[in-house]
Amino acid sequence: MSTSNISRRNFLRAAGLTGTALCLGLYFPASSKESEVFNAGDEEASGIELNSWIKIDKDGKVTLVDHRAEMGQGSYQSVPQILAEELEVDLNNVNIVFARGDKKYGNQITGGSSTIRGSYKNLLKLGATARVMLIQAAANKWAVPATECYAESGHVIHRPSGKKFHYGELVETASKLETPKNVPLKKISEYKLIRKPLHRQDTPLKTNGAAVFGLDFRLPGMLYAVVERNPRLRGKVKSFDDAAALKVPGVKRVFKVQMLVYSTIREGVAVVATSTWAAMQGRKALHVEWDDTGFEHLSTAEIYSRQNQELQTKEGLSFRKVGDPDNLLKNAAKKLDVVYETPYQAHSAMEPLNCVAHYQDSKIEIWGPIQAPDWVQDFITTQFNMPKDKVIVNMTFLGGGFGRKAFLDYPHEATLISKEMGAPVMVVWSREDDVRQGPFRPGISYRAEGVVDSGNISAIKFRMAGQNLDHWQGGKKDKANGSTTEGFLEPYFKTIKNISFADVPFETPIPTMWWRSVYASTNGFAFESFMDEMAHAAGKDPLDFRRQYLPEDRLQRLINKMEEVSGWKSREKNGGYGVAMTECFSSTVGQIVKVSKTAAGKIKVDHVWAVMDCGWYVNPDIIKAQVEGSILMALGAATIQEITFKDGLAQQHNFYDYKMPRITDMPPIDVYVMDNAEDAGGVGEPGLPAFSPALTNAIFDLTGKRIRKLPFDMNAV
Amino acid sequence: MISLNVNQKAYQVDADPNMPLLWVIRDIIGLTGTKYGCGVAQCGACVVHLNGEAVRSCVTKVSRAEGQQVTTIEGLSANNDHPAQVAWNEENVPQCGYCHSGQIMSAAVLLRDNPNPTDEDIDNAMAGNICRCGTYLRIRKAIHTAAELQRKEVKS
Repeated sequence: MSTSNISRRNFLRAAGLTGTALCLGLYFPASSKESEVFNAGDEEASGIELNSWIKIDKDGKVTLVDHRAEMGQGSYQSVPQILAEELEVDLNNVNIVFARGDKKYGNQITGGSSTIRGSYKNLLKLGATARVMLIQAAANKWAVPATECYAESGHVIHRPSGKKFHYGELVETASKLETPKNVPLKKISEYKLIRKPLHRQDTPLKTNGAAVFGLDFRLPGMLYAVVERNPRLRGKVKSFDDAAALKVPGVKRVFKVQMLVYSTIREGVAVVATSTWAAMQGRKALHVEWDDTGFEHLSTAEIYSRQNQELQTKEGLSFRKVGDPDNLLKNAAKKLDVVYETPYQAHSAMEPLNCVAHYQDSKIEIWGPIQAPDWVQDFITTQFNMPKDKVIVNMTFLGGGFGRKAFLDYPHEATLISKEMGAPVMVVWSREDDVRQGPFRPGISYRAEGVVDSGNISAIKFRMAGQNLDHWQGGKKDKANGSTTEGFLEPYFKTIKNISFADVPFETPIPTMWWRSVYASTNGFAFESFMDEMAHAAGKDPLDFRRQYLPEDRLQRLINKMEEVSGWKSREKNGGYGVAMTECFSSTVGQIVKVSKTAAGKIKVDHVWAVMDCGWYVNPDIIKAQVEGSILMALGAATIQEITFKDGLAQQHNFYDYKMPRITDMPPIDVYVMDNAEDAGGVGEPGLPAFSPALTNAIFDLTGKRIRKLPFDMNAV
Repeated sequence: MISLNVNQKAYQVDADPNMPLLWVIRDIIGLTGTKYGCGVAQCGACVVHLNGEAVRSCVTKVSRAEGQQVTTIEGLSANNDHPAQVAWNEENVPQCGYCHSGQIMSAAVLLRDNPNPTDEDIDNAMAGNICRCGTYLRIRKAIHTAAELQRKEVKS
C-alpha cells in the first residue's frame, strides 16, 4: 500500500469558474496500481499548488478527480461521468482519484445528498473549458480555424483533413492558452454519457477485493488500536488496571484518551498493539472503573414519556405558520389529535468506524473512510495547532457512511493516539462500539392536530419534540430546529390555509447526529401518516387528496406517474395500498406500497413503486440503486431496528440484537426517474423518508389498523 | 509457526493458534479483501472458502485452517472472471462494496452446488450475508446471471 508519487512538468493555474479553477497539467504517474489509494493532493508534494479536476499526461492518459467521498452513492462514477461528457474522453480509459481535503475543491462534505446538485454546473464547465482549450491548441498547431476541429474520445480531429492529435500531444500547448470564458455546454439531447445507465467504474475493484477501504489501509510500522470507551458519553475514567492487558502478546501500551464529541470530551482507554486481534485481546483483559456521576442515566421509556408529555403541555418554538390553525382547532367540533413516535437508530455502516493517523512534529496525515475531509482538516488543524497545509486528510473508499463518517471524533481520537505513540496508528472500532456509542439518529415524537371541513383540510398543527442537532453543535436554544419541516412539500404552505409547525426542544445526555435523510427520515413518517389520516377523515382517495393540495405541474406529473405505474386506479378496495410523498434535499419522491397478509398473519410487502424527481440527473441506474437501498434501510428502521436505552446505556450490541434486513426481507421494488431538466436535486437520501409512511398507510388500507409508533412488528399487526 | 495455504500459496505464520483466520489473513498475510463486519458470524463480510466450503473467518481459529486450502476473494479467479464476479459487474450490484467479497464467496459455493438456483435457493443460501446498502435485488439477479454464464461455460 503506497500513495503514488507524481512529478509534474508543466502546469497552468486558471482562475474563475465560480470559485473553482481549471488546470491542465502534465504529470507522470510512477506506478499507478489499481489497489492504491491515489490522491490528487499528492502533487502538492512538489510544492506547486494545482487547482484541478482534470489532468492529462503526455501520453494522453486522463486523470479525473472525485472531490467527494465514495460511500456507495456513486460519486466515483457520477463526478467523472459529468467531466468526461464535456471533456470528450472515454470513461473506461481514465484514472479516477480521490481529492484530499482542500478548500480548492470547494465544499467536500459528502452529506445532504449534495455532490451532484452542488457541483454539476461547475463540473460541466470544467470539462467543456478543457475541451475548448485542447481544440484551440490543435487548431494552433495545424494553423487552421478551431471551428474546423472537434473533440472525440480523447482526440482532436481536423474535420476537413481527418488529421488528429491525442490530448497528450496538445496539453502543453493548451496549458499556455488563456482560459476561455462562457464556453458552450452541450444540450441534453447531445449527451453521450450523462443520463446513460453506465456501469460504475468502482465495481471491478469491489468484486475482487482490490478496493481500499479505511480498514484496508496500511503504512509501514503502523500499529493497531482499540479503545474501551464509556458508552455513556459523559462518563469519566476513574481508574484502570492494565496489568493483564499488557501481558497479551503484541500489546505495546495502554493509556487514557480523550476525544471530542461535539464539545463534550468522551473518555476511553486505548490499547495499542501490533495487530487488530492483539489489541482486541488486550482490551478484553483491561479493567476500567468509570465515574458516571453528574448526569442523568435515562431509559427509553423516560425519554418518550417526557417528550410526549411536553407535546401536550408546551407550544414550543414556532417555526412556520400560515393562517390561524389554533383558533380553528379550538372551535372545531371534531378534530384529529394524534402522536407519532420514531426510534433512535445507529448508522451501522458495514465497515465499522476506523481511522489511520500519523502524527509527526512537522505534519499530520490522516487516511480513512471520511465523508468530510475538509472539515476533518479544519478540526485537526485547530485541535493540534498545526499549520493547515501540514494537515493532510485522505479519503479511502467508505464501506457505507450514512452521516456517521461525516463526524470528527474518530479522526481526532486516532490522531491523539498516534501522537502519544509517535507512530502511525489505525484505530479500529468494533461492531459493538459502532452500535452502542452513537451519536445516534434522535428518536422524535410528533403531535399532529387537524380539522377537516366539507372534505377539505381546514387546519393542521404539527409539533415535534426530540433532540435538536443544532443544539449539539452549539446552536441557540431559543431558536426552533431548522429542520422542523424537513420532508414536508413546500407547496402545501400555499394550499393549506391554516398550518403551523413548532419545535419543542428536548435534551438528553445521549449524543445524536444526522442519519441518512436526517430529520426527513422521521418527519416524513409523521407528516405523511397524518396526511393519510386527514384524507380518510375527508373521505377522499389518498392519492387524489395529494393531487388536490399539490397543484404544481411538476408534482402533478409525479403523481400521475405513481398512479399509472402502480395500477392505483384499478386497485381493489382495501387491497393494501398506501401512498406517501416527501421532499428531501431538493428532490421529491413518491412511493406506493402494496401489502398483504400471509396465512400466518404476517404482513408482507408485495411491491413498492417509487418515483423519483431529482431534476437534472447523471446516471439513472445509480439513482435506482440508491432508491432501492434507501427503501430497504427505511424498512429496517420501521420494522426491526431500534436503539433503546436503559440506565443511560444503549442496550443493543451487534447484528444479533440490532438486526439488519436480509435478502429474505427485500421486497420487489420498481424505481422510476422523472425526466426533466430542472435543477439537480439529491439522490443518495431522498428515497428513504416516504417508505415508512407508505407502508403503514398500506397496512391501514388493508387492516384498518393505524400504526403511529415505529418500529412495529410486521408479524403482529 | 502455523502452515497455511492461501490462494494456492504457502505461508508460515507466527500467530496465536486461537487468532481468527480473518485477522491472520488481513493483518499478517496482508490480503485485505476479506472484511471485518461483526466478529460474531452474523454478517458474512468475512466469508472465505476452507477446502471449498464457505466459512466465517471471523470465528474460525487459524489452527483449524492449518494445512488446509484457504481461498479468499483475491484467489477466487485470476482475472475477476468467476461467473459471480462477471455477473456482479454485469448487474451493477455493489454500492459501497464492503460486504461483496463475502457475498460473492457465499454465492460461489451456491453456484457450484446448485447450478440452477431458484429465488428461494438463493435466499436460503444468501440470508447469512448482510448488505446495509440494500443491494439484495441485484444480488439475486446477479446469481441468476452467473448461473446462466456458468451453464454456457460448461456447454462450450
